[in-house]
Amino acid sequence: MIDWGTIVAGILTLAVLTFLYRDNPLYKMAESILIGISIGYTLVIVWQTTLVDLLFDPLFGDSRLSLLIPLILGLLMFSRFLSKYSFLSKIPIAVMIGSGAGVAIPVMIEARTMKQISATVAPLVSSSGMPDISALVVLVGVISTLIYFYFSREHKGFIGRIANLGTYFLMIFFGATFGYTVMSRMSTLIGRMEFILTDFLHLTQ
Amino acid sequence: MTRKFALMTCFIFGLVMFVQYFSNHPTAKLLNQSILEYWQIIFAFTLIVGIAGFIMNSVRELREGESKIYKLASLGGLILMPLLAMIWGIKADTPFTWIFENVQVPLQATVFSLLAFFVASASFRGFRARSIPAGILLASAIIILISRSSIPGFQFDFLTDFANWLRSNPAMAARRGILIGIGLGSVTTSLRVILGIERTWLGGK
Repeated sequence: MIDWGTIVAGILTLAVLTFLYRDNPLYKMAESILIGISIGYTLVIVWQTTLVDLLFDPLFGDSRLSLLIPLILGLLMFSRFLSKYSFLSKIPIAVMIGSGAGVAIPVMIEARTMKQISATVAPLVSSSGMPDISALVVLVGVISTLIYFYFSREHKGFIGRIANLGTYFLMIFFGATFGYTVMSRMSTLIGRMEFILTDFLHLTQ
Repeated sequence: MTRKFALMTCFIFGLVMFVQYFSNHPTAKLLNQSILEYWQIIFAFTLIVGIAGFIMNSVRELREGESKIYKLASLGGLILMPLLAMIWGIKADTPFTWIFENVQVPLQATVFSLLAFFVASASFRGFRARSIPAGILLASAIIILISRSSIPGFQFDFLTDFANWLRSNPAMAARRGILIGIGLGSVTTSLRVILGIERTWLGGK
């Protein structure tokens, strides 16, 4: 039996890979299909998981009238298409921005700042009495990186030297991140090549 | 008037969401849950507004005759997915999931894997050890790449251990510095938004 799924996926994969030669109509077509299908998929999933499950079913099925508030606010977003009433769309945006900012303050202080600081402040001497080089590196790295991003004083003299050290730590981080990014892209590419050679063209087992 | 009302709404929602974080009272928890639910619903509407904007823009370009076939492919994909979902549903073994698995997933994976080539060519051009920071960046990336690849003859235990140490200590230190900066920056921006100092989200002057 012909596996149409593999044939379609194989042709589309090859169409995208043609971009390696140069931009061409095949690639543009595959890209356009991807844009359309992705938007359509997102629309369906958002409609089902958010609007139907969280709004329409509880509102019209269980008569949760409090849900009329987000329904009205959501509908106000469409006023953007009517230039005379477009100002109304600022109200739902204000709700989203305000509540998002309100949630962000304690969450950011707790998760991004306090937890990172508490993880950095660790004993610098191990139980055997020897200095813990790793803990020292982390402490120096965090302080020097923060000083690098401190722009209220000119990076000169002692501050400048510490900021310079921060640059080295940042470069190690960027290099490591780059290495991992390359590896993840490579593994995806290997996966696609395996699909083309094994499943689509049957050239390898 | 609308600007003032939007700023007041933003302030009230921001304050409520900030204050409720410090309370374990069931009413506060219910309020938090409700507002987060409203947030999701309004966000879904904003997504639909965005999709409507995309459709209107594509139709306008179609009328003007700009890259007609690609616009048709995008619009076709966008219409097809909701249509299939309406007729056959979105459960497993439906045309909707068939398109997702055999069109969207392979296209997305291949576009993602294409970046492997561009990252490689960019690194050839950009990775020149002209200065000490550039040299550190290059060395860090090479150590991570070699330690994570399975090239015969290039597998050394000490290199893997060193790469792990590099990732968990100096790279982690820089990451922590960046995260603390992001946390503090987010808190400052959120406060500015709630207090009405930051008004760019309202548009206009």
